[in-house]
Amino acid sequence: MHFLKKVFFFYYDGFRQMTVGKKLWIIILLKLFIMFAILKLFFFPDLMKKNFATDQERSEYVIDELTQIQ
Amino acid sequence: MLQNFDMSLVDWSRGQFALTALYHWLFVPLTLGLSFIVAIMETIYVKTGDEAWKKITKFWMTIFGINFAIGVATGIILEFEFGTNWSKYSWFVGDIFGAPLAIEGILAFFMESTFIAVMFFGWEKVSKKFHLASSWLTAIGSNLSALWILIANAWMQNPVGMHFNPDTARNEMVDFAAVALSPTAINKFLHTITEAYVVAALVVLAISAWYLLKGRDVLFAKRSIMVGSVFGLIGILMTLYTGDGSAKQVFRTQPVKLAAMEGLYEGEHGASLVAFGLMGKAEEPGNHPIRMKITLPKMLSFLATGDANAYVPGLKDQIYGNEEQGILSFQEKAERGAVALQTLRELKEAKDSDPARYKELRARFEDPQWMKDYFAYFGYGYYQGEDPALLLPNVTMTFYSFHLMVALGFWFLLVFLLALVWGIKDKLAGKRWFLHLMVWTAPLAYLATELGWITAEVGRQPWIIQDLMPNMAAVSNISATTVQVTFWLFTLTFTILAIAELKIMFKQINLGPKDGGQ
Repeated sequence: MHFLKKVFFFYYDGFRQMTVGKKLWIIILLKLFIMFAILKLFFFPDLMKKNFATDQERSEYVIDELTQIQ
Repeated sequence: MLQNFDMSLVDWSRGQFALTALYHWLFVPLTLGLSFIVAIMETIYVKTGDEAWKKITKFWMTIFGINFAIGVATGIILEFEFGTNWSKYSWFVGDIFGAPLAIEGILAFFMESTFIAVMFFGWEKVSKKFHLASSWLTAIGSNLSALWILIANAWMQNPVGMHFNPDTARNEMVDFAAVALSPTAINKFLHTITEAYVVAALVVLAISAWYLLKGRDVLFAKRSIMVGSVFGLIGILMTLYTGDGSAKQVFRTQPVKLAAMEGLYEGEHGASLVAFGLMGKAEEPGNHPIRMKITLPKMLSFLATGDANAYVPGLKDQIYGNEEQGILSFQEKAERGAVALQTLRELKEAKDSDPARYKELRARFEDPQWMKDYFAYFGYGYYQGEDPALLLPNVTMTFYSFHLMVALGFWFLLVFLLALVWGIKDKLAGKRWFLHLMVWTAPLAYLATELGWITAEVGRQPWIIQDLMPNMAAVSNISATTVQVTFWLFTLTFTILAIAELKIMFKQINLGPKDGGQ
């Protein structure tokens, strides 16, 4: 418990004493929000997971797609 | 055959991937190199107890932190793109890509993130030696992160250590060591990280030179230049050495790329290395005459094989084949690839309807000779009856990217040597012309490292996985418009990030080492 408390205050004090870091954290959080809450959610679905329920369906789809041009 | 593919979608998807990869790579080299430079500077501080070195260390640590914070996670977008734009490829590569990326996430990333906190928050809270160990472990962790993604990239250039499962259409890893320790992977990793060290060293030199030009923080600048030039000199020598190793690997596994890098369309014994050349207009497939060139006789043969008289195949050999040299033509490869594609299709059809036929076809995929003779050319099957020029990369772009990168590499060598010699003699402050050159060499370092990636990736087109899967077969069935929208979204997001980084960094540089390290 004492160790965990020390770790917590290590990070807490570290973040509090930041100067340049505060601006950077805003950029990091904004960037992660754009990436995960906007881009990933609305523009970048995992198509294989989204469109098929099982690995067998995924395999059949890919084989069909790969060989359809013959 | 190719009319079945939406080439506009393929081009936009490729463009988007190239854009995000090149932007991502603007941040990575400085992280990889500066982490070691910081660790070296801190080692000097711990050894000498000189507070000036602590100030130097803290300043460069701040620059490292800004770059790390802005660049972190920009690579995740590439993984988003795999799942959306390149879903068939993602499925086809199977666990080959998954394993290295998972190791990267679990081992290297967490190692890096844990120790980076101690590095920044622990100055007054942990012992000097523990802090120093954290700085070194951050550097090692950053470089290990790069290792796994580069192993994955090397596999795409030279797919080894796997077996294709025709029932699932996935490649299954059968030999982890063959994947992780393939000569392509080792060379790629070493060449990439050493040139990242060069970029970081040149950034250190450029900022320090700027201080000397301004006549401020002189001791800080001189000491930084000494560390940067020694680190950079070692880095550039290793880059040249590993670059030679990479070229040898390319000769063995991607001879079309090597021929494109050298603009070599007629294969020859004792092939010359083009030191400088201007390319002419392509007259026929694989014919890219170099209008003006300065060559080093027999050097290409020697560098590629160790034998100055060895035969180096040209682009024409690859297109039309060369029986004497045992090189199959594109047409022959396309026919063999078409057999592999047809076998896969028949196997799927027979799976539920004709067990005997299924068993017979399935056995082919377990036969090493059949895999070598036919499946090894799987991707060529898409080009049966097509123009062989479609199987060539953009020779002009590959040639110029490669040659400009190499020329810049030699320029960097000269800069490091002069900086070191004049630094030791304490004559740098008086060489203002050279200080200006040092400042302007930093952007050239970024240009060179991006050119390296352009050479590696453009030179292997049209393959997403060498010989097995062309780009057009890998791309998802989505609309080109969707990709265009995200392309511009990324351009905007990354440009804002790059501007933010430069703005914060310039402000910090302007403040100087006095206020660094927070």
